[in-house]
Amino acid sequence: MDKMPRWADVFLVPFINLILAFVASGLVVLAIGENPFRAIWIMISGALGSTSGIGYTLYYATNYMFTGLAVAFAFHARLFNIGGEGQATIAGVGAALVLLAFDWPYWWLALPFAIIGAAAFGGAWAFIPAYLQAKRGSHVVITTIMFNFIGAALMGYLLNGIMKNPDTQNAETVAFPAGTHLPTMHEMLAPLGISFSRSAPVNVSFFLALGAAWLVWFVLWRTRLGYQIRAFGHSETAARYAGIDAVRITIIAMVISGALAGLLAINVVMGEQGRLIKEFVEGAGFVGIAVALMGRSHPFGIVLASLLFGMLTQGGFELMWDMPTVSREMVLVIQALIILFTGALDNMVRDPVERLFLKLRKGKS
Amino acid sequence: MTGDKQQGRQETAAPAIELRGISKAFGPVQANRNISLRVARGTIHGIVGENGAGKSTLMSILFGFYKADAGEILIDGQPTPIPDSQAAIAAGIGMVFQHFKLVENFTVLENIILGAEGGGLLRPSLARARETLVELAREYELEVDPDAVIEDLSVGHQQRVEILKALYRSADILILDEPTGVLTPSEADHLFRILRNLRNQGKTIILITHKLREIMDVTDTVSVMRKGEMTATIATSDTSPTHLAELMVGRKVLLRVDKKPARPGETVLEVEDLRLRDENGVERIKGISFSLRAGEILGVAGVAGNGQSELLDVLGGISPAQGRIRLKGRDIPLSGRRANGLARRKQGIAHVPEDRQRLGLIMDFMAWENTCFGYHDDPRYNRGALMMDNGAILRDCAGKMERFDIRPPNPRLPAQNFSGGNQQKIVLAREIERNPEVLLVGQPTRGVDIGAIEFIHQRIVELRDSGKAILLVSVELEEILSLSDRVVVMFDGRIMGERITAETDERELGLLMAGVSGEAA
Amino acid sequence: MDFANTFMQLLLTMDMTVRLSVTLILACLAGLFSERAGIFDIGLEGKMLIAAFLSAVVAYQTGNAWWGVLAGIGGSMALSVIHGLTSITFRGNQLISGVALNFLASGLTVVVGNAWFKQGGRTPTLSGNARFHEITLPFADAVQNVPVIGQFYAQVVSGHKPIVYIAFAVVPLTWWILYRTRFGLRLRAVGENPAAVDTAGVSVTRMRYGAVMIAGVLCGVAGAYLATSQAAGFGREMTAGRGYIALAALIFAKWRPFYALGATLLFGLLEAISNLYPNINVFGIIDIPVQFTQALPYILTVVILAGFVGKAVPPKAGGEPYVKER
Repeated sequence: MDKMPRWADVFLVPFINLILAFVASGLVVLAIGENPFRAIWIMISGALGSTSGIGYTLYYATNYMFTGLAVAFAFHARLFNIGGEGQATIAGVGAALVLLAFDWPYWWLALPFAIIGAAAFGGAWAFIPAYLQAKRGSHVVITTIMFNFIGAALMGYLLNGIMKNPDTQNAETVAFPAGTHLPTMHEMLAPLGISFSRSAPVNVSFFLALGAAWLVWFVLWRTRLGYQIRAFGHSETAARYAGIDAVRITIIAMVISGALAGLLAINVVMGEQGRLIKEFVEGAGFVGIAVALMGRSHPFGIVLASLLFGMLTQGGFELMWDMPTVSREMVLVIQALIILFTGALDNMVRDPVERLFLKLRKGKS
Repeated sequence: MTGDKQQGRQETAAPAIELRGISKAFGPVQANRNISLRVARGTIHGIVGENGAGKSTLMSILFGFYKADAGEILIDGQPTPIPDSQAAIAAGIGMVFQHFKLVENFTVLENIILGAEGGGLLRPSLARARETLVELAREYELEVDPDAVIEDLSVGHQQRVEILKALYRSADILILDEPTGVLTPSEADHLFRILRNLRNQGKTIILITHKLREIMDVTDTVSVMRKGEMTATIATSDTSPTHLAELMVGRKVLLRVDKKPARPGETVLEVEDLRLRDENGVERIKGISFSLRAGEILGVAGVAGNGQSELLDVLGGISPAQGRIRLKGRDIPLSGRRANGLARRKQGIAHVPEDRQRLGLIMDFMAWENTCFGYHDDPRYNRGALMMDNGAILRDCAGKMERFDIRPPNPRLPAQNFSGGNQQKIVLAREIERNPEVLLVGQPTRGVDIGAIEFIHQRIVELRDSGKAILLVSVELEEILSLSDRVVVMFDGRIMGERITAETDERELGLLMAGVSGEAA
Repeated sequence: MDFANTFMQLLLTMDMTVRLSVTLILACLAGLFSERAGIFDIGLEGKMLIAAFLSAVVAYQTGNAWWGVLAGIGGSMALSVIHGLTSITFRGNQLISGVALNFLASGLTVVVGNAWFKQGGRTPTLSGNARFHEITLPFADAVQNVPVIGQFYAQVVSGHKPIVYIAFAVVPLTWWILYRTRFGLRLRAVGENPAAVDTAGVSVTRMRYGAVMIAGVLCGVAGAYLATSQAAGFGREMTAGRGYIALAALIFAKWRPFYALGATLLFGLLEAISNLYPNINVFGIIDIPVQFTQALPYILTVVILAGFVGKAVPPKAGGEPYVKER
């Protein structure tokens, strides 16, 4: 017997969680002497009030879709991949190697290979923790955290060594060939007569992310692999009874998860930077955890949650300009509170809501 | 001082424990309904009932694990509220749970003082406990090495540690929840000796079990629980197992299955010198051999924990093992990558597992997703190399629900929303409808209502009559006797003996189950 | 290179190792208390960060470093309360809670710091009594010219700030509490089998809150050390992943106090080496890049976790909220 209706589980509880997170964030804003309602207004208008704002929002949302899908995919196999940060970082190396290998004439020619490069490197960085969990029983949470740091160190080594652009002081590669430039939203919409901000970095990767979301849904709920992954995630013992290979599923789920996180490099490294720089992931790997939680690990929910977090990030930047006392790290605070309320404190809301529905039902019968 | 206390208590005739009108609900489930009970000091009182009758809940309330919604507890005639375990311990109640509550990497001594250290520093507490332990061991035949680490001890010894824990806290009332489920018969006998000893020293003991034989053996009085209610309390000498069984189930137990005599055909499955070690290196199956013929039901009887579950796991491809299995003359791999449930099913061995919730079903999956579980790479459920044919699976599920009378007949309902009987029917439908050469069935009717039991038994017999081979593992002797054509009895990882069902009886099988070999019996 | 010079280099490295190990020791022991009680804590980083910030602020305002330490402890414990609520009271996911707290700390410290001091998240530089100063142990001056032992005493043992000595004293104290007291027995039990503790009449909730609070105190001291001893004020993200290294050290130490001391000293040594000798040349053949030395703690931990060198078995009930069975 269900404790509460499905809509309450899928929408009501997360919505209350979200409200609580925003209320708590508002209190922080209030505490440093600003008006939280004005802050919200600035953030919303900053994120959606102009095509530039929308462009940035979608750009960040693209990143979060990739990392959110990565976390969610592993989560369906009951694996907590906290290493999206490191996987995306290493994927940047993969993408850069592909893009620097040839003088690519067209972006559409370079893109598939860059995707393969990024996904392969991201997947490979997830493979080792996956293998260690499947074969040696080392907990994937701890190993992926360790691999985040090892990845960062490796990146630092490469960008200060063999991959470094000798002409600058910075730890970065030389610029990719001009032919690898991905069309931005401005360039895509201009032929249709729609004007869109030239400066906004949103590019074709946004559609790649939507495609990835669809693909994740398809794999999980329409293929045999997805069936096995979900079965394994729900019950390891039953999966064993059915003859589902735990080692195989663990490794495949983690590698796909790492590959998804790796696709972030396409949006940032190929789409925006045009070269490989050191800390391009900027915490998106961790935001992916929040996104997956908010989206209840469903691709559709993840797309919505990514848009919300994209708005938050972009709105946070605007906040910094219009409210100098509030620095952009306010976004981190809001994200933290959302993770806290939707992820860790879920039962604080769920239990009373369940009791409420139970009472309502008893009242009826 | 203790002596005075004891005497004072004996003068007042108040029962050691009295429960008045205890009720407890978990959400919509009423686990205990208006239960009253009196247990006299210095007696062993049994509580019997089927799984889910509410026995464990009642005892958990008595031990302060749950708070009753209504009712009152009296200890020695005094109303004693028991809000938590601490209060229960203070009231002189000790509990030995079915699953031991021991810290596995602690020593016996550390486990015994945990929560009753009697001081901030460990060394004096440990020294004190060591002395007391020696006394208790002498007094009640409860010898255990105080410095042994729990995980190195046998189950029987671990149970003694639990009893010692209670006695160390000077418990006068001892509750034991299904204490013999994991014991060998000789360990169980030892336990009963200890219990009688304790009773003779003036302790009050409550024994929860569903084994009627134990009740008849060791208790002075007995109460029967059914569906959350206490249906009777009688002196053990005034009752019989059949009478108790009727009270437990609520009507005359008619476990006779309508079936024609078996017409066994050729040998389908041959098992030779099968051996299995668990992850701790303990040998669970110690070289067993038997064969199974088409058109017969072979029952595997035995006390739980004597290797039957492991046997099912090995045959079903869940655990790797050593030895040899031949299916219709062909060797079946027992270890390596080819030894798994999926491969076994393709070879024609279907498996209805003992624990449907942990193994047989994905409780969060909808019914239709469960009806292809384990057969998910069958072409009829797939479209092309990668995709599943969800439409076909749904239709297949709807058909199974109709043929097996699964209620509610909604393929989109998660498995956990079905009753135990209907969950079992989902598993059974899935495994039987594949028309396997061999069907492995473990505890087919555990936690299943009476109506479904008859249905399930009928289907198993039908499969037999269609010329298939069935291996039935059950701890319910009645089920084995009424369903199987031939019986093997397992004890301590070995087969103790084999009998034709029609030529044996409960007494003979019981002796075999207790490890007394056929020649000696 | 002559011997005396090499020896001085060695002493210098050891001295630096001691100083850099302090935060790791305290954080690692914090993790030890928490995880031994069955509560995973990947929020060590965040707790230290918030402690570093508050200690810098209060030390600056009061001009007294000790008040700073108290404030740091307070801030760190506040996060512990949240972690306790999420993982004990509301049975939430302890890992997710830890991630959230790390985020919260790195956001809040900068947002509040910036609003108060307008220095881009940094706090004003501490001076005078707002900072801790080195303590010269008795006879250190007298023996500093005695070869080897005297030099070691004067250079490595003496001349540290008070918290350094506190940190090293906490190690045997932790061992004693864990293995010689009732509290320690119950703490270890609650991380292995909470049901055993519960049925023994001891509150699992209270034990776990206790452990989480102790972790808060230790992280508070660790953070305060960063801001008032190692540095002179708070800088954004000044913990720089030390919470995670401490976590790695905890696994490396197999959740035991004296092993933890060894592991943190090893990791402190690696940090000291990467600070003092950024590029090491081995036998004139291979250059070891500084990034490798920096990543070594993590690599070693993965190797340990993989069970290639001695298996690390975590407390059995770790990460699982305790729910009474029916």
